[in-house]
Amino acid sequence: MKRFLSLFSYLALTCTLLFAALFTAHVAQAEQKTVVVASKNFTENYLLAEIYSQVLEANGYEVNRKFGLGGTLVCYEALLSSEIDLYVEYTGTVAQAILKGSGSPSVAELNSQLDPLGLRLLDSIGFNNTYAIAIKQALAEQLGISKVSELNSQTQLNMAFSLEFMNREDGWPGLQQTYGLNQSPSGIEHGLAYQAIAEGKIDLTDAYSTDGDLERYQLITLTDDLGYFPEYLAAPLVRTNMDDELANVLNLLAGKIDEATMRRLNGEVVVNDRTFAEVASEYLFEVGLVSTQTDQSDVIWDRLLKNTVTHLQLTSIALLLGCVVGLMLGILVYRSRAVSRVVLYIAGLMQTIPSIALLALMIPLFGIGFVPAMIALFLYSILPILRNTITALLTIDPVLQRVAAAIGLTQSQQLRYVLLPLALPNILAGIKTAAVISIGTATLAAFIGAGGLGEPIVTGLALNDTQLILQGAIPAAILAILVELLFEGIERLLVKPHMLSGTLPN
Amino acid sequence: MGKAYGDHTVIPELDLELPELVTTAIVGESGSGKSTLLQLINGLVRPDQGEVRIGGVSLDYEQLATIRRRIGYAVQGAGLFPHLTVQENASLIAKLEGWDIDKITERLQELFKLLDLDDEFLDRYPTSLSGGQQQRVSLCRAMMLNPPLMLLDEPFSALDPITRRGIHEEFIRLQSAESRTTILVTHDMTEAIKLAQNIVILQTGNIVQQGSVQEVRDNPDSDYVKSLLMLTEAS
Repeated sequence: MKRFLSLFSYLALTCTLLFAALFTAHVAQAEQKTVVVASKNFTENYLLAEIYSQVLEANGYEVNRKFGLGGTLVCYEALLSSEIDLYVEYTGTVAQAILKGSGSPSVAELNSQLDPLGLRLLDSIGFNNTYAIAIKQALAEQLGISKVSELNSQTQLNMAFSLEFMNREDGWPGLQQTYGLNQSPSGIEHGLAYQAIAEGKIDLTDAYSTDGDLERYQLITLTDDLGYFPEYLAAPLVRTNMDDELANVLNLLAGKIDEATMRRLNGEVVVNDRTFAEVASEYLFEVGLVSTQTDQSDVIWDRLLKNTVTHLQLTSIALLLGCVVGLMLGILVYRSRAVSRVVLYIAGLMQTIPSIALLALMIPLFGIGFVPAMIALFLYSILPILRNTITALLTIDPVLQRVAAAIGLTQSQQLRYVLLPLALPNILAGIKTAAVISIGTATLAAFIGAGGLGEPIVTGLALNDTQLILQGAIPAAILAILVELLFEGIERLLVKPHMLSGTLPN
Repeated sequence: MGKAYGDHTVIPELDLELPELVTTAIVGESGSGKSTLLQLINGLVRPDQGEVRIGGVSLDYEQLATIRRRIGYAVQGAGLFPHLTVQENASLIAKLEGWDIDKITERLQELFKLLDLDDEFLDRYPTSLSGGQQQRVSLCRAMMLNPPLMLLDEPFSALDPITRRGIHEEFIRLQSAESRTTILVTHDMTEAIKLAQNIVILQTGNIVQQGSVQEVRDNPDSDYVKSLLMLTEAS
């Protein structure tokens, strides 16, 4: 029994060292003078994050891009916990989602409320991305209108608004009241509204003022002359302890991009299918903020390689830890049916938590990035390994178990020379399952900024860009197949062919 | 001593002393408790009451692994480890005991000769051997360390009659070459009479009769023993 225990203390030590190595690597990474730029997962936010990144790079900073994080909450938590250094936020969102207030406070007003949280907004980039009323440019000119207040007299106009806009307090009901409008609009799916307006089926709809699609359909927005819509001025959100030199570089973009420019840049991405990096670099060159345009031709392969490496790191460390813990637990509990059942139940419960939810649960505990993603994957890999280990050990021929004890093997010798070798084919099958699951699930890690092959998938989903999605999906599928082959090789190496006869192909 | 599993009493109360350096056959049908009795001896099963003494010393349950290395053990169907070669199966414990390769080889050669096993089996896996060959390897494993006590749990029951006859001959040859205390569990009275010097007949956990082969054969003291002997004569 003593030897048995010493085996476990050895495994536990390995486990601790691995964790220690991991965290040291993580800390070491943070100590370098790199700026971590994040973005939420929609077009404009990606593009602005890329623009800031390129400005920083042009001014001698190293940039670590964590784009496509899953929403305001993830970005905000990540900023608070110093996992990222900046992301572009909107004043209206800060007021409502972060400070739980309302109205259209200025950047200065918001900063006085953000200060206790240790956060501040830098200078606004210039444009206001808020709700707007969109109309065909030709029609507006023909009617001679450019402001919302001028809609009063245009009762013949056919209006259709998105259902959200129709029902939101700060949407149509308030707009109607503020401007005294008496038209009765119909509801329409937002995605179909542009199509409908292009075909002349409707005349007016709601839009976001910097939407790239406005360009595509030659729409203009009417000026909100009574200032009804809350302001959504875009500005970098940073921690108050950011050094002035860095803040000054970021403020190079202050007031630089107006609504028309932002619309055009968004349009380049959505309508003309160009990459964020290209559009950002072209824009910065135009306005003279960078002196040379970066060549983007190699970037796809570089990024693919980087993503694949990150993906492999994530899954292999998680799998290794999963093996250590799953095997140890399995060996510890398999003799007791009751304990095995409880342990398997808990591991099974963990498996039923949807991956996105598990990743979200990791944020308050471990922040964002590599570590929480790795821990989530590790938790997922335990069950298949644990279950197969327990089943494999329990189903060993009882005669062989009896003989192993009867010929004078100690408990740890029974495990080492008889039980584990006999259980090996099933245990390997469990590890293989865990590996393939990890490779698939790791694509979701991009939502919390862990990188990997999920990054192009998340970006592709935001842009509805199939090509980009495939840049993540295809390598991930290839990895899964390679892992299958790798495990077949390992199996062939470790398990004698006659030990496999009669087992199902896994 | 006695042993029960839950409500099911296998051996109600049993007091048995077995002679050294001879082969004792424990004969009984399934459910007679003969296998449990064997497993009580090497501590695979612990008695509910009473104790096991080997050579006058009470069985120390903290030292089972050490004690079991001095007790050979072979079972029906051989119980060879399928992931190990014949040589690895036979020499596993010897290696753990620190025997060097020469000593192991020498002992293996000796046993292989006594058991009529071919050297070319050494590197083969058990599944590629016949049942009789596997059982011979199993005996080889049990006798590797030349233990003073050997426990055999129906080792020859699953073999066909011709193979069984052959292995019986080798067993007798082996016992005369190396004398040791042997306890053979079997349901077959013919086998008991052929291989053992001493017989214990067990029925539902109780001793029906015990004594030398001669005594039991000449003076069966119950109808049950008589019927067992009748079957012997019939075959």
